[in-house]
Amino acid sequence: MKYLLNLSYRYKIPLWGSFLILVSALAVSASFIINAYNQLENDLAVESEKLGYAIKSNLYTTMLQDDVWRTFEIITEASHRAGSNRVRVESMLVVDRNQRVVVSTQPKEMPMMSELTTLNPEFAEVALRILQMQGEQASTVYLRHLKHYYTLIPVTRDNANLGTLIIVHSKDVFLPLFADSAWDGLWVGLLILAILLPFNWYWGQRMAFPLVQITERMGQLGKSWPDDLDPNLYEYRDELGLLFEAYNQLIVDLKTKEALETRMVQADRLAALGQLAAGIAHEINNPLSGMLMAIDTLKCHADTSPLTDKTIALIERGLNQIRETVAALLVEGKLKSRNLIPHDIEDVLTLIAPMGSRKTLHLSWHNSLSGEVELPATFIRQIMINLLMNAVKAASQQGDVSCDVGINNKHLHISITNNGKMLNPEQISHLFEPFATFSESGHGLGLWVTYQIVNQLGGTISVKREADEHMNFTVEIPLGA
Amino acid sequence: MVTLVEFINLRSHSVTPKTPILKILLKIILVICWFFTLNIASADQQIIRMGITPATARNQYVLLEAWRAYMQKKLERPVELILRDSFHDHIDMMRQGKMDFAWFSSPAYLENRQYLRLVVMPIYQGKLFDQAYLIVPSTDTKTQSLLHLKNKIFAYVEPDSNTGYLDSIFQLRLAGIDPNQFFSKSFFTHDHLKVISAVTSGLSDGGAVSGFAWETLALSHPEITGQTRIVAKSKGYGFPPIVCRKTLTQRDFLLIQHVLRGMPDDAEGKTLLKQLNLDGFALTDEKRYHDVEILMRRAGAL
Repeated sequence: MKYLLNLSYRYKIPLWGSFLILVSALAVSASFIINAYNQLENDLAVESEKLGYAIKSNLYTTMLQDDVWRTFEIITEASHRAGSNRVRVESMLVVDRNQRVVVSTQPKEMPMMSELTTLNPEFAEVALRILQMQGEQASTVYLRHLKHYYTLIPVTRDNANLGTLIIVHSKDVFLPLFADSAWDGLWVGLLILAILLPFNWYWGQRMAFPLVQITERMGQLGKSWPDDLDPNLYEYRDELGLLFEAYNQLIVDLKTKEALETRMVQADRLAALGQLAAGIAHEINNPLSGMLMAIDTLKCHADTSPLTDKTIALIERGLNQIRETVAALLVEGKLKSRNLIPHDIEDVLTLIAPMGSRKTLHLSWHNSLSGEVELPATFIRQIMINLLMNAVKAASQQGDVSCDVGINNKHLHISITNNGKMLNPEQISHLFEPFATFSESGHGLGLWVTYQIVNQLGGTISVKREADEHMNFTVEIPLGA
Repeated sequence: MVTLVEFINLRSHSVTPKTPILKILLKIILVICWFFTLNIASADQQIIRMGITPATARNQYVLLEAWRAYMQKKLERPVELILRDSFHDHIDMMRQGKMDFAWFSSPAYLENRQYLRLVVMPIYQGKLFDQAYLIVPSTDTKTQSLLHLKNKIFAYVEPDSNTGYLDSIFQLRLAGIDPNQFFSKSFFTHDHLKVISAVTSGLSDGGAVSGFAWETLALSHPEITGQTRIVAKSKGYGFPPIVCRKTLTQRDFLLIQHVLRGMPDDAEGKTLLKQLNLDGFALTDEKRYHDVEILMRRAGAL
């Protein structure tokens, strides 16, 4: 039983449905059969009585005249005639008022003038029924324990009773007739089953399939993201439809939460990295400044050989490279700068355009700034240049790059999209870390700097893969930062 | 029927013509009347009605119809077959002239001979008599005589049948037994073959039947007669005759007698006789039925 209850709904619903249909079909068939049985019983009684009434009048005359042979002929002919009907007569007999046999169709078994009660035990019961009968009304004796049923018709005219006609029917004949009716009932039942079972199986599967799909996906949750549900799987707004909706909402919420967590972890990591980088930069900058001053002093005052000059110049270039690198790490976003004006954006386009034309890119540009924006122009220009240079580098030959700048909801909104090389999720998660370069050229500090600037301006930067092999960088910076 | 000569004589006695013109007129009228009389006479002789009484074998309707057709052909007159259940109906019809000739049982003839005239007598197996058979079911091996059937059920043919009733009554009376008290129940079937059916079905324990009827059935349905056993055969009694009403014209009487007697002489008649299980028909007289008359007196029927 438990095994049955543990079965998948895919089988349980059709099985339960089939079981209920089976029970219903059996009930319908059984009621049909019982009805047929009762009807048949009734029909046989009516037909038998009709037969009796048809010969009653003639019997009365022949009995009145004591014409034994004619009486015998009447009941013999009637019993043969009835043989062709549904009512098969096994025998007929006429008894007088004293319940003695006047004549019967089987004189050998039921001889003339014998007592009805002495013929056999069944007739003894019939004799009792005859005594209980009143008037001209016929009666049918149908008792379960008897092998025959008996129709009793009083042979009367004008209330004068001469005796009783007894028509004997065998139940053996009745049963095949009943079997015919029962067979009809069974066919009806089978027909119902033949129509309903496949329909039920289809419907059960149809009901269970969405549930099974949801269950499988719920089971996957926590291990990996399940495949999206087919939106056409279930289109209706019943409880199952609502469950689908809730499931979809749950998945959306979970994905959002995970993305948020990932971003927070990333931001924390980047912040820690920023602090570390700034600390190191400060520590390096102090001795570096000393060393550069010492080299300046040495170049001004010391009489040095050409080899020494060359070496000093080498050291100076090295130290300057260190200073630039360190300066790049140490992004200072709080420098005083004038406010951004639309022209700054156009300047960036001017700077980038030659690079783009070398790769014959299609550059789409949309600047919706109309006036001065309360944001430091230097940093915004640097952000745009960094992102656009990356986009141009990443774009394929004759590819396209688009840039959209505008104010939305008190935020400066910069969106840069390019086709070409796509970044995978793993690369995206480390994109803004220093020295995280995914191109052959570049030191990997451009995006780090961009991130630091945006971060210091209180904004956000996000990357997403778009359809048609496009990558998109979006920057949102609150005005007045 | 008044013939033309009689009619003319009648007229000549009653009417005396006064003038030749009247004579001529009278002659013309006479000629016209003669034509009418001729037509009426022929119309009157058109149909011959042939009856078969219940006491003789008559259940083979197809055979009887063939016999009727044969008679019609030979008599060159339409012949109608009349079958009535009641024997008395036949007598009444004979007396009223609605039936012309019939195959009667011997007692019925004797009882009503003042209205009837013997035409011919069937010849059965070269003899002119029939016997009464006492039959019981073949399962009854004990009964050896009618007297063994005391308090049993017995089937008769007709009160007017010597083989199917009177002989048995006579046998009982001969033994000093009251036939009305001997059997527990007796009944009439009004047909010889039905007596055989009553015995084979078990309705009666015994029956009295014409030997001719039993033997004829044994030829076509030995399986039925095989279910009966002949316990006793009576002496021979005059075979049931073909009779006609006494009022039948001599011409028709002779014609019918001639046709019946001539049956063995043609193939069709022979076939019919074979089917009827008869050899032919012979001339007869009342003396042939003397035995039957004695039987009837002894049995109390006369």
